[in-house]
Amino acid sequence: MRVRIRHEITQRFEPGSRNLSVTVRLTPRSHEGQFIQRWTLDLDSDCRLHPQEDAFGNICHAFSVEGPTDHVTVVAEGEVETFDTTGIVRGSVEPFPPALYMRETTLTHPVASLIAFADAAVKGVPEDPLTRLHALMVRAHETLTEVDPTGSTMPLSAEAVLEAKSACAGGIAHVFIGAARHLGIPARHISGYLALDDEGAARHWAEAYVPKIGWIAFDPGRNVCATENYVRLAVGLDAFGVAPMRSTGFECRESVCAEDGRTPPRMAQAQSQGQN
Amino acid sequence: MRQAFDEMSSTDGHVRPAYETLKQWLGGVPQDVLNHRRKEAEYIFRRIGITFAVYGEQNAQERLIPFDIVPRILTKDEWGRLSTGLEQRVKALNMYIRDVYSKREILKAGIVPEDLVYKNPAFRPEMNGQRVPHDLYVHIAGIDIVRTDPDTFYVLEDNARTPSGVSYMLENREIMLRLFPELFSMHKVAPVENYADDLLATLRSLSPQSGHEPNVVILTPGIYNSAYYEHSFLADKLGVDLVEGRDLFVKDGIVFMRTTEGPKRVDVIYRRLDDDFLDPLAFRPDSVLGVPGLMSAYQAGNVTLTNAVGTGVADDKAVYSYMPDIIRFYLGEEPLLPNVPTWRCREADHLKYVLEHLPELVVKEVHGSGGYGMLVGPTADKAQIEKFREKLIADPANFIAQPTLALSTCPTLVEKGIAPRHVDLRPFILSGSDKVRIVPGGLTRVAMKEGSLVVNSSQGGGTKDTWVLDA
Repeated sequence: MRVRIRHEITQRFEPGSRNLSVTVRLTPRSHEGQFIQRWTLDLDSDCRLHPQEDAFGNICHAFSVEGPTDHVTVVAEGEVETFDTTGIVRGSVEPFPPALYMRETTLTHPVASLIAFADAAVKGVPEDPLTRLHALMVRAHETLTEVDPTGSTMPLSAEAVLEAKSACAGGIAHVFIGAARHLGIPARHISGYLALDDEGAARHWAEAYVPKIGWIAFDPGRNVCATENYVRLAVGLDAFGVAPMRSTGFECRESVCAEDGRTPPRMAQAQSQGQN
Repeated sequence: MRQAFDEMSSTDGHVRPAYETLKQWLGGVPQDVLNHRRKEAEYIFRRIGITFAVYGEQNAQERLIPFDIVPRILTKDEWGRLSTGLEQRVKALNMYIRDVYSKREILKAGIVPEDLVYKNPAFRPEMNGQRVPHDLYVHIAGIDIVRTDPDTFYVLEDNARTPSGVSYMLENREIMLRLFPELFSMHKVAPVENYADDLLATLRSLSPQSGHEPNVVILTPGIYNSAYYEHSFLADKLGVDLVEGRDLFVKDGIVFMRTTEGPKRVDVIYRRLDDDFLDPLAFRPDSVLGVPGLMSAYQAGNVTLTNAVGTGVADDKAVYSYMPDIIRFYLGEEPLLPNVPTWRCREADHLKYVLEHLPELVVKEVHGSGGYGMLVGPTADKAQIEKFREKLIADPANFIAQPTLALSTCPTLVEKGIAPRHVDLRPFILSGSDKVRIVPGGLTRVAMKEGSLVVNSSQGGGTKDTWVLDA
């Protein structure tokens, strides 16, 4: 499938801000399931982009805006050819062995409720990690309601999600990741895009590591393993690590459009905004 | 517990040669003169303003670290052995950190368990594959040393993040010179005043660029930090700028300092700020103490951070227990300074032993410091031990245990006169791109309470001037 993507982020700063530093993580990389046909980053200010690869193999760009200004806008745009790999991710850049993805983070910390959730999900399920991961995904999907991300761009921690019983896709992914790690399965957080027939949006999901197979993408929010509708953007330990833009401003406005590239552009925009 | 080794009187009561002159002198000085000098020392300390804050206490800003006027003496020979051992240890620490963030040979060799690195909160994935200027990570190390007999010095702890206390080492000497000039004329004491020059030379040698005079700054979290005095003291001694995060900014991968004459490029940052707060774009997003974009400048190789980011992966107490193997692995040498035997509670058989022997052991948190969260078995009561046992069973990987060592004692001025008190020693090791520099001595900490083994200043420990005799 050919997916056309346009991702615009505007961050607001105090009026008259000078010498602002910004890091963006907005450039996908190719792997066996996706091939980047073309990709561009556009800024509304006059500055130089410094490309870097972060520790997890994501392509980042750091830049500084001299100002004075009250906002910075970045537009990432491109086309990606995707293939259905039944969720299996091969050929990705892997600077770390899977063992690293057993780390605990603030957002995926194994609190009592998360441990109870994980243990209940795999009760009576055979030891096999793949079966357990599917059981975990089903359980997360059944007990947690997915809501559209509003108010905050940073998904909730696993603990908060379990308490609220509902969260955006990223929050549900935190629960899945934390639970998988508790069960001894390396798991990580993925940011990217989901292009469906009628809508397209930014999305977060999870990947878990199964020996002999490799990394497999699970989207517990939708209860599927990633298909050709998914475009993978960045990898991290949790949502912090894959944040598309990091800076010191206060308000962040995002608009994302991901659509089937074989149809003429509609550019219907899905809007989201929030505090950063 | 057996009788501790006293550095002046040994265990059998005869005076050790290094202390002969001092003992004679102490014998000839009336007690009230000593008391008077001690008061004078305290007065000077208060006037200079060397105070420190104990977090979570009222009137914290006003606390003085007790200073003991009786110096601790090491011979040239003892110091020689110590400093070679320290140099070896710091070299291995640097090689270990470099390896952990690059090829990870030591994990492949199965010497250090993987999860001790990967699951270590002090491990910074951001540093993976990141070369730092001159391949040095720990530029300023503080290695805590304890002694149990005339020949055995143990390493008690490695401090590879931002070891503090060096200002006390320097101030203690200055005060001793003022109060007891006659003692210095009787002994040939190696100077420590050159520490500031050594530190500046080390920091300059670490600059990522050659060709111009490097601009060195000290980055402090600000006046509310417990070690703020030391930050300003060092900036003053080194003649460099003391900055806070908001004084710096990053432009196109280069760090600049805001000055009245416009932006000035910064090459080396001696940061006294924890990793977590360094850069809100890379670590804690709520940090206002750091410099946005600093990590990207660091990753571009345009600035040196001292110490490097992520050095904590080498200095927690669980990694400590592997240090002898780490030294053998990288250097092919036997460690010159032994470790205190350590039980890792993360291992089942070690945990079993520890739980059976709690009343005789010292149990510490892996990431603890400042003497908080530890159990000193022999001095704890039953209830404390039982409470600690529960904590230990709940999270064994978070603890290590060590035998209660009979730390050496030094003569110390207390209410009743001169009496032995337990001491340790923190020498500071500076690793530059040109050479390793260690000023003779270091900071001697002393447990002022009789029988106490806890020397941490946050727990009422004091300090002493440390003399290394030149001849």
